[in-house]
Amino acid sequence: MSENAADQVRETVDAVYRAESRRVLATLIRLLGDFDQAEEALHDAFTAALEHWAEDGVPANPRAWLVSTGRFKAIDALRRRARFDASLPEIARRLETDPEEVSDDVQDDRLRLIFTCCHPALKPDAQVALTLREVCDLTTEEIAHAFLTAPSTVAQRIVRAKGKIRDARIPYQVPSVADLPERIDTVLHVIYLVFNEGYFASAGTALVRHDLSGEAIRLGRLLLELLPDPEVMGLLALMLLHESRRPARTTPAGELILLDDQDRTLWNREQIAEGCSLVERALSSRRFGPYALQAAIAAVHAEAATAAGTDWIQIVGLYDVLLRADSSPVVELNRAAAVAMRDGPQAGLALIDAILDRGDLTDYHLAHSARADLCRRLGRFAEARASYDRARMLSRQEPERRFIERRLRELPD
Amino acid sequence: MRYLCLIYDDEKKLGSMPKGESDAFMGEYFSFTEGIKKTGHYIGGEALQPVQSATTVRVRGGKVSTTDGPFAETKEQLGGYYLINAKDLNDAIQVASKIPSARLGTVEVRPIQEFNQP
Repeated sequence: MSENAADQVRETVDAVYRAESRRVLATLIRLLGDFDQAEEALHDAFTAALEHWAEDGVPANPRAWLVSTGRFKAIDALRRRARFDASLPEIARRLETDPEEVSDDVQDDRLRLIFTCCHPALKPDAQVALTLREVCDLTTEEIAHAFLTAPSTVAQRIVRAKGKIRDARIPYQVPSVADLPERIDTVLHVIYLVFNEGYFASAGTALVRHDLSGEAIRLGRLLLELLPDPEVMGLLALMLLHESRRPARTTPAGELILLDDQDRTLWNREQIAEGCSLVERALSSRRFGPYALQAAIAAVHAEAATAAGTDWIQIVGLYDVLLRADSSPVVELNRAAAVAMRDGPQAGLALIDAILDRGDLTDYHLAHSARADLCRRLGRFAEARASYDRARMLSRQEPERRFIERRLRELPD
Repeated sequence: MRYLCLIYDDEKKLGSMPKGESDAFMGEYFSFTEGIKKTGHYIGGEALQPVQSATTVRVRGGKVSTTDGPFAETKEQLGGYYLINAKDLNDAIQVASKIPSARLGTVEVRPIQEFNQP
């Protein structure tokens, strides 16, 4: 075979790997019942593909070929190990006679993989690491880099999570209809965590963090394709609408620009259009929840030509509905900020003070910076200074701290 | 697969329950136990006497030391257990979530370690 042809096969195998490796892995995990064995089998199957496809040509259905090759490789590996472990021949025999064979149930396998990686019996940081590793095919180094942790920490989280899946027997299953709402919540939460880590990143290079947001959006799209649920639409819409503002939310030097001051011509219109149409689909289903409502609020912002032209009446109305669906002090705080825009700073300040007086959000920097901002607009500069100081103390993000310092310098004495 | 469901309750809260309420609570336990016997989940289960009856035993340097009270002082105390048979963790969680104390206290679900017989 010429060198050229070998290169071509390698390229084909690479392309198939990018397009199919997660689907093949998802199916192999079901057939083999073990993450590590499935990963090994996946690796062996692609190694075999390089060899065989060069000789016999690319099979008509590469995915099916890879799954069945991976399975046979796993059986071989089990046989070899069987010399040391008496229980393994039995497993190998069972695998060989598995009547399920290579089913076309691939979509379900990918959903199984997502729901297993995001099982609520796993720790949230383990859910995130496992999802990025198994579903998105990020390396442990990439995950560690994105979350500013050591690769060994991420590797340990993944090993422990796989150990728990095996030892506690977390099933490789799409949850039953009764459990689905709660289980979808966990999956959506994991995806949103990944997105926020990329979107509100404090440090690290912008590029790497950006990838994390892009990864979350890809996950959202995949989940929507597999499970067209209104909250999945809502989350994808919310991420797209946030992402649309990325080019406008920082200066080239990395300084933060608030929504009101952003150059709206920099917003990504394509993402806004997609986000808005997803919001409409979600809301018209009448089974929407907090994600669709947050996306609806983001859509109102996205559709306003100017900050002053924002429909604050509608935004406050949406926050009222959101508070009923998901009452939390943070949602209350955001509603207070919207009320300040609708009815004036005094009205917003009263609401924020009520939240803080209750003892909620006293350690949340955004509560204090929102309070400071309203005090500033009311000309109560000493109070504004005190609240900005508190916010600066509590903030852990460098650009945010610089932003607050800028505001402090701008305050009249 | 076998799982142990460890039931943790706040004994003070249970102790201060009005009689009618605590009778109803016991009733719930009886019908729960009947239910998991019918579904084949039940292997065993017992309620424990209050934690004030607990004794902690350690042997250090060959010497037995005995102290009054539980191993750890916590807000919720181990009050009983069920040993169940379940298909997988999801199945076990289903069963555990129906234990009456899951509503008031906490249920810890632990898979049983199986040792291969030589």
